Amino acid sequence: MISGLEGRRIADTATLLRTRRISATELVREAIARAENRRDLNAFTLLMGDQALADAAEVDREIAAGRYRGPLHGIPITVKDLVDVRGTPTTGASRVPAPIASADAPVVSRLREAGVIILGKTNLHEFAFGTTSDETAFGAVANPVDRTRSAGGSSGGSAAAVLTGIGFGSVGTDTGGSVRIPAAACGIVGLKPTLGELPCAGVIPLSTTLDHVGPLARSVADASLLFQAMKSSNVHGIAPAGGGLTFGVPRQYFFDRLEPGVRQSVDLAIARVIDAGYTVRDTTISGAEYTPDVYLHICLPEASCHHAATLTEHADKYSPGVRLRLEMGRYILAEDYVRAMRLRTELTAAVARALERCDALLLPTMPIPAPKIGATTVDVDGVEAPVRATMLSRTQLFNLTGHPAIALPAGKGPEGLPRSIQVVGHRGRTERLLDIAAALEDIIH
Amino acid sequence: MTVETWLAAAVADADTRGLPELKPLLETLAKSTAALRRAESASRPSAPEAAKSS
Repeated sequence: MISGLEGRRIADTATLLRTRRISATELVREAIARAENRRDLNAFTLLMGDQALADAAEVDREIAAGRYRGPLHGIPITVKDLVDVRGTPTTGASRVPAPIASADAPVVSRLREAGVIILGKTNLHEFAFGTTSDETAFGAVANPVDRTRSAGGSSGGSAAAVLTGIGFGSVGTDTGGSVRIPAAACGIVGLKPTLGELPCAGVIPLSTTLDHVGPLARSVADASLLFQAMKSSNVHGIAPAGGGLTFGVPRQYFFDRLEPGVRQSVDLAIARVIDAGYTVRDTTISGAEYTPDVYLHICLPEASCHHAATLTEHADKYSPGVRLRLEMGRYILAEDYVRAMRLRTELTAAVARALERCDALLLPTMPIPAPKIGATTVDVDGVEAPVRATMLSRTQLFNLTGHPAIALPAGKGPEGLPRSIQVVGHRGRTERLLDIAAALEDIIH
Repeated sequence: MTVETWLAAAVADADTRGLPELKPLLETLAKSTAALRRAESASRPSAPEAAKSS
């Protein structure tokens, strides 16, 4: 076994691969062994061990022949089982019959062109319609930090795999926070790019106007490499932003009710950003309090529309909670969907205004640490609240507005569970957000 | 259609379809719809009366 793989970054590993001090076959063997040893996490719907080893052998031959493709060549990763991987069923972690994908989703084919090796498909909240990854046909995903806790969702299996060193990253999807929430629950990095920046073709839709694809990884630099490859741009690494950055902190709504340990972690992180010489000032996103209502009236009917046929034909194969949420979407009136879309435009402008004199916004990723598996409600600073709505409450706005957002680890609370800070950037400037996040990463960790 | 009228029709339909467990979810949704309409009214003071929740 190659010790310390789970702590190693892609760039360092790439150097070892390029200079043939380790082989892709060794990396894949170790990752598969880790996956086998952590079956208790239910992180996978499908392990593709034989195919991954065959792909690794091909990579080793290419590198030996001098055909090194770049920093992702030979790097093993995983893919959320909502995304097409050629020759495998895209189950969405559901019992609803799944077709075999005839082709890779574009984001997967781009990663393969960069040389990554796909280890397997990761477990999720069924059809990405939840934040706890415990409504799934493949067993609830356990948090590697504390197996009684949720790994978050919906990309819960992706986050659990990345944290335990089963691959260097994962392809996730984010419709209301499904990359950032599991990243926060597990203490890793999760990026939701600008809306529309990465293609959603070959991905089972949840809400077609809110869906994003994005990477989960153990560092900002790793997330950046994966993002660049998924965007089909030149994979060139990252340049942490220099000094002189200004951050806005939207206290209204986003800081209104936080679990005390989360508040302490966020306050500490912001204090460290100030101590590092950056400027931090309060800002406001007007209308942010309407976010959950706007989101609900867009996400529910769009999800119901996609599932309409199978919901009728295979109703009994959905998890009960997911089925009910999809059924609920069928009752939303078109006029209310249009109202929500109008308000969405206003919220987009409000976030842009909040960012006008800032490089990025700083806020919590989640108001609570990872909840207990199976919990339907959670205590938030003395108030009992629905767990799903609570977990979505700080992330879903940026799916509505399309601004890029990244979850960064921000230490651990007194009970040992990870905390997370969300950094939100300007639309269309995801690379700049990654550079800013790279500058903050070591300060707030 | 007012939120109250919508809710009554939705709950009745869910019952007819054998989905009585939808009722509490629809009631929660009705509160959210009312909030959405209030938000729109607040942002568009000239919105027609029909857009209001009741």
